[in-house]
Amino acid sequence: MPQILVEALAKTYRVAERAPGLTGALRGLVRRRWREIHALADVSFSLQAGELLAFIGPNGAGKSTTVKILSGILRPTSGRVEVDGLVPYEDRVRHVARIGVVFGQRSQLWWDLPVIDGFDLLADIYRVEPERYRRRRDELVAMLRLEPLLDQPVRQLSLGQRMRAEFAAALLHDPAILFLDEPTIGLDAPSKLAVRAFVRRLNREQGVTVLLTTHDMHDVEALAERVIVIGGGRLLTDGPFESLRASVLAERRLHIDFAGPAPELEMPGVTVRARTERSLELAFDPAKIPAPKLIAAIAAQHAVDDIHVDEPAIEEVIARFYDLHDAGEA
Amino acid sequence: MPAARPYFAAFRARFQLMLQYRAAALAGFATQLWWGAIRILVFAAFYGVNAAAAPISLADAVTYVWLGQALLALQPWIADPEIGQAVRTGGVGYDRLRPLDAYGYWYARSVGWMLARALPRAVLMVLAAGIVLPLVGLGDWAWQPPSGVAAALLFVPAFALMTMLGAAVLMLANIIVAASLNERGVNAVLTPLVIVFSGSLLPLDFYPDALRPFLHLQPLAGLVDIPFRIYFADLKGAAALQGLALQAGWTLALIGLGRLAMERMMRRLEMQGG
Amino acid sequence: MNALALYGRYVATSLRAQAQYPTATLMLTAGHCAATAIEILGVFALFDRFGPVGGWSFGEAALFYALVNIMFSLADMLSRGFEVFGTDFVRTGAFDRVLLRPRAAALQLAGYEVRLSRLGRLLQASVVLVFATNLAPIAWDASTIAIAVWAVAGGVALFAGILVLQATLAFWTVDSLEIMNVLTYGGVQAAQYPLNIYAAWFRQVLTFGLPLACVAYYPVLAILKRPDPLGAPDWLLPLAPIAGFAFLALSFVAWRAGMARYTSTGS
Repeated sequence: MPQILVEALAKTYRVAERAPGLTGALRGLVRRRWREIHALADVSFSLQAGELLAFIGPNGAGKSTTVKILSGILRPTSGRVEVDGLVPYEDRVRHVARIGVVFGQRSQLWWDLPVIDGFDLLADIYRVEPERYRRRRDELVAMLRLEPLLDQPVRQLSLGQRMRAEFAAALLHDPAILFLDEPTIGLDAPSKLAVRAFVRRLNREQGVTVLLTTHDMHDVEALAERVIVIGGGRLLTDGPFESLRASVLAERRLHIDFAGPAPELEMPGVTVRARTERSLELAFDPAKIPAPKLIAAIAAQHAVDDIHVDEPAIEEVIARFYDLHDAGEA
Repeated sequence: MPAARPYFAAFRARFQLMLQYRAAALAGFATQLWWGAIRILVFAAFYGVNAAAAPISLADAVTYVWLGQALLALQPWIADPEIGQAVRTGGVGYDRLRPLDAYGYWYARSVGWMLARALPRAVLMVLAAGIVLPLVGLGDWAWQPPSGVAAALLFVPAFALMTMLGAAVLMLANIIVAASLNERGVNAVLTPLVIVFSGSLLPLDFYPDALRPFLHLQPLAGLVDIPFRIYFADLKGAAALQGLALQAGWTLALIGLGRLAMERMMRRLEMQGG
Repeated sequence: MNALALYGRYVATSLRAQAQYPTATLMLTAGHCAATAIEILGVFALFDRFGPVGGWSFGEAALFYALVNIMFSLADMLSRGFEVFGTDFVRTGAFDRVLLRPRAAALQLAGYEVRLSRLGRLLQASVVLVFATNLAPIAWDASTIAIAVWAVAGGVALFAGILVLQATLAFWTVDSLEIMNVLTYGGVQAAQYPLNIYAAWFRQVLTFGLPLACVAYYPVLAILKRPDPLGAPDWLLPLAPIAGFAFLALSFVAWRAGMARYTSTGS
């Protein structure tokens, strides 16, 4: 029995059309024309309890719309959604008591209140039993190292500190499901690592179901075994990230530093991507010519200083994927 | 006329922008119309009981109200903290230039800003209260044109002076805010003072007769009371000229005071290292 | 924690935040007091010059002024969340976060930012009330005080209802909300004078359209123990404030419709 069930989800918006020019603006005063935007069309997937799913897609693809529907603040046009047995947008109060949501760069804590006061207020809002609240709060404060920050008003915190406090705030009421909307956006590198480590711990050790939307592919690499790609309102792929990569780019990279000048290279299944005076970056298909064979072939003919085998950057994989499915920015 | 094309283009772009914000602009305008209407209804109630006690005719009182709504943007009700801040920092930046330039620059900007906000409202108000009301048969409650050629002619300098006086008051308020860093305190005093003593709340002659001499001479009278009474010739001939002189005199005095205050403040900032 | 207790928590939190800046809060209160107090100068000047209007002396008129200002100042202080709903919640997307909490949205908005400074209006109105008591004179006994409290309650409900409507408008357009000032501030402007001095059409509007008369006129007649110059029956006078509560209830119907629209169309 899946914890989250989405079936044939569709969401259509009507937007007023604006004709260009002065006459268009005046005509707009008198008569409005409408255009339909299909933000989501026939999206279906399900999540078991304890899964961690990454939701990626170009801007405007429908990620936020899906998360909003799943959290109960937006009604779909058609389709079926069930979270923990409840229909989110019909049972709003009961549903939101069971979920936690973190929006990147936006904090739900009160700006002028010390962090701890914000936590206490949230405990009252969510009707958390005092004993449970204290335990959970102390646990989260320890996990996220919030001790020194507790007495400071939220406005005085850096973005990284605020996001850590934000995670604690979202989990005080012990939700079984956590929605993360671009949680690492704008964070510095150490903060990103900290957030990823925390989310991984939450999911693996405490069994919290996590649905994460992100543009940062390193989030995906670090956290998700399962990836859903949404483009143009449609679900493009659903499965382990490795199969996504394999379906897009059967390609690896070879970087060679030569002892002498970089040679001209022509081999089947190999393309030269970049060249400097003494180095080459090659792209090759490991199915056609495995890495050891390629290296041996080159080293046999040229003096080689250093060799480095790599994969295309994850951003490239995704960009290539969007291209393949014509799913570029809406 | 090729030379005029960029200006037409700018006007068209501005007009399109205005249409986009039509909802907001109309709402603000409607609010002001209603404001004026309530004030007129109150006047009507009191005039109905004892019109003889009134210092001006009901028609003039009505015109006074509409004029006030139209030209509301010219009133220095609130010190603008942004300007105060910019004066404070910009003044230091200008330390190579004479203080006169900083004051002059911000003064000119205040005048421009007030006029730019007043003009569209005034146009709409003329349309609504000056043209539409008579057309629908409510001419008695309409904004009447100036009472005669002399009044119309005299209103031009009166209008210019009320704008300049308003800017001078605003500059002084902003400098005080910049110097004291207490915007709320300044506004707490400024707003009620200006509303009462300019004549925005009531034409000054409505207040008890004993106060008249003081009310007519104080600096804020030139913001509303004097120019509007020139408009419907309650002040005419020599009295009108005296009114203009009063406006001008207080404008110069407040500009002088403002320049002095600004110089002192910037000198203090320079000594402190800015 | 039940709704009422949570509301108390919200209010306490907001007050504590303002208590951190005592001088600023005092300045704001004083400023608001001065800015709103000038209106009574206008009322006084007109009565002083023209004499009694609509059968009222200045002292009696001052009672109307005082009560309508008291009721609005309380509503103003308690409904800030609805007043800034468009700019602070809809436009910024912060309303999403409100919906993500397992509490009624209206409750969360009601507890948002209780501004102490708005009591500045209450302050000057209370002073005027004292003056009116001496001038009119007004006989305060158990029944008249009860009517006054009841009228203020109805008035707070009415003005709060207007602000709820203003917030509801924000679900459709964030731009033209200013127009509701016509009803709130405009309403106070109109009702600070006894309503029978106005022309008939305006009185109708203020009785059946926006029932200001029911909270700010009829009950005051009952306090002053005067019959309605326009003929409303005596028994109606003290009961009228119920219209304020009815208005608030209707506003919440509109509010719920607005919420349904928001969840359909997103932000």
